[in-house]
Amino acid sequence: MSIASTNRMTPYLFLAPAGLVLAFALFYPICYMIYASFLDWNPSQRIGEAEFVGLRNYFKLFGDDAFRESMGVTLKFAAVVVTIEMFLGVGLALLLDRNIRGMSVLRTLFILPMMIAPIVVGLMWRYMYHPTVGIFNKTLKSWGFDGIPWLSDGSWAFASVVIADVWQWTPFIFILSLAALQSLPASAIEASKIDGASDWQQIIYIKLPLMLPVLIVTLLLRLIDSFKVLEVILVMTNGGPGLSTEILSLRINRTASEFRELGEAAAMSNLLLIVLLILTFTMFIYNKAQDARAARLRAVEEEA
Amino acid sequence: MPDIRLQNLRKDYGAVNVIENLNLDMADGEFTVLVGPSGCGKSTTLRMIAGLESVTGGQIMIGDRDVSRLEPKERDLAMVFQDYALYPHMNVAKNMSFALRLARMNKADIETRVKEVAATLDLTAYLDRKPAELSGGQRQRVAMGRALVRDAGTFLFDEPLSNLDAKLRGQMRAELALMSQRIKKNMIYVTHDQVEAMTLGDKIVVMKFGEIMQAGTPEELYRNPSNKFVAGFIGSPTMNFLTAELVEEGGTLSAKGDGFAIPLPDARKSSLQVHKDRQIHLGIRPSSFAEGPGGLKMPVILSEYIGAQSVLISELGGERVAIEVNTVVPIRAGEAREFTVQGDEVHLFDPKTEAAL
Ligand SMILES: Nc1ncnc2c1ncn2[C@@H]1O[C@H](COP(=O)(O)OP(=O)(O)OP(=O)(O)O)[C@@H](O)[C@H]1O
Ligand SMILES: [Mg+2]
Repeated sequence: MSIASTNRMTPYLFLAPAGLVLAFALFYPICYMIYASFLDWNPSQRIGEAEFVGLRNYFKLFGDDAFRESMGVTLKFAAVVVTIEMFLGVGLALLLDRNIRGMSVLRTLFILPMMIAPIVVGLMWRYMYHPTVGIFNKTLKSWGFDGIPWLSDGSWAFASVVIADVWQWTPFIFILSLAALQSLPASAIEASKIDGASDWQQIIYIKLPLMLPVLIVTLLLRLIDSFKVLEVILVMTNGGPGLSTEILSLRINRTASEFRELGEAAAMSNLLLIVLLILTFTMFIYNKAQDARAARLRAVEEEA
Repeated sequence: MPDIRLQNLRKDYGAVNVIENLNLDMADGEFTVLVGPSGCGKSTTLRMIAGLESVTGGQIMIGDRDVSRLEPKERDLAMVFQDYALYPHMNVAKNMSFALRLARMNKADIETRVKEVAATLDLTAYLDRKPAELSGGQRQRVAMGRALVRDAGTFLFDEPLSNLDAKLRGQMRAELALMSQRIKKNMIYVTHDQVEAMTLGDKIVVMKFGEIMQAGTPEELYRNPSNKFVAGFIGSPTMNFLTAELVEEGGTLSAKGDGFAIPLPDARKSSLQVHKDRQIHLGIRPSSFAEGPGGLKMPVILSEYIGAQSVLISELGGERVAIEVNTVVPIRAGEAREFTVQGDEVHLFDPKTEAAL
């Protein structure tokens, strides 16, 4: 081997160990899951004993109303929660981005919910939603209203899990937005004041556009995460009543442990993975588009 | 356009007092230049006028309106920032038109206005670029353009030409001078560069440690600096300072130092009488030396030939002095030459208070 080609190989040589670990840790489970989705596999069997059934699991899923409903619930849940959380999180950040005494304490308080383990959050909310002794209904009753069937009515149950998720995850968006807000160029905002922008116009024309890259990444992170929630809903409603709060990860969990259909569960996981990949890919495309824009302008500059 | 008055203006940052008691009147349509060494509070003063910095005490009056507690947008002003402060996400055209768009000016008018200003600033080719894709000098011109497209009552400039090369700076200075003649708005301009100050200003305000040392026309400041600091700050090359003693010989008062004695005009005699036989500081501008026979014999240590002028470095009374002379051929270092100084061209300062005598 010539020295030149050895030199060219050197970086890859150093990368190889990390690459191997990554390949094993990442691709092995995925391949395993893809392979499993082609099997009619019962938890009591070893994987080698399972019958190969080709795409039958997938066809079965598409014909399965319960799965479709579950997919619908997941999409609805993700869309609703992330929208509400984005508005609240960014709004709070814009509101609390000022130097008032005690603000740092307030900011720390705001991120507490995020630090609580999801199971605990689920339990907490389940008690608060309790039809007779829960704080919400007790309060309502003491004011003379009727209690609300928080977790026992389909639409209320969906709203209840949304509220719990919003409570837990708005802080995530809040701190990321606040960090983005505080790293904005102060002088650009001053310039906009001089140019006659009202507080509202400063937000719309200067702050939000400058925060946009961070907001988009935050949004996608939250979106990906919201497709995977499990514990809180598991503890609060276990998917019920009916299928009203049965999000996909819950259904996967049930398919595997209750219906004992590992192959079908794997197929569902794969479909979820595909949805997430599409989202991630969107993020990737967005970054690429930004880079491409910069490159194009550089090219124009060099021509000139 | 109304006049601007700063009354007993004060600024503290926490326990740090930056500006103590600033009083300044700026007439309607006047081009005021703030100069002073770095950190003396020029930007702070400007930013208080703009409303970007809160006022600790005192008032800022524009016309008969006290604006010291008003929002920037209620003060009717445009500003060029020292660090450009462009909007990173907008291209040059959008940056320049932002204020006009907020003011809901009609689209066609905005475009004409932006094109017009971009042309005077040599920015036409860059209208579609974002700030990150411009050089420092180009950004600075965009910052300038963003202010100039506006029809504000007062224009504030914080060292708007500091990042341009010499040629461009000269060009822009001329452009600004023309503009200020044409539109007659209140302009407040901060700079380090005393050539800019002298050429642009109707009035120059020299600051030091948050205090005004002197305010006046360029000519006043050059001819009658009220203290040693202003004398040293205004004029290039800078004024030479020597130590001397005031003595009376044969009815004439003269400044006598180590190896020189400069007779002072009789007109100044009565006012200087109290300082007789005391030490003073003597200030002589490099251009006040005239070559001629019968003068002080001075060695030429270094000769800087600039063309029509040469700056000679010499020695007088144990101090380095700069001498500016008209030249056609370069003067060689090493020679000794004779120079005279007219008594009415020297400046005298109290060595303690540094005030002019
Ligand atoms: N936010 C701040 N907190 C404390 N001190 C400050 C602050 N901003 C400015 N200062 C101080 O105020 C003084 C005046 O600053 P200013 O920016 O007005 O100076 P300047 O005259 O514009 O200087 P330059 O010519 O370098 O721009 C400086 O001594 C600076 O250290
Ligand atoms: Mg400054």
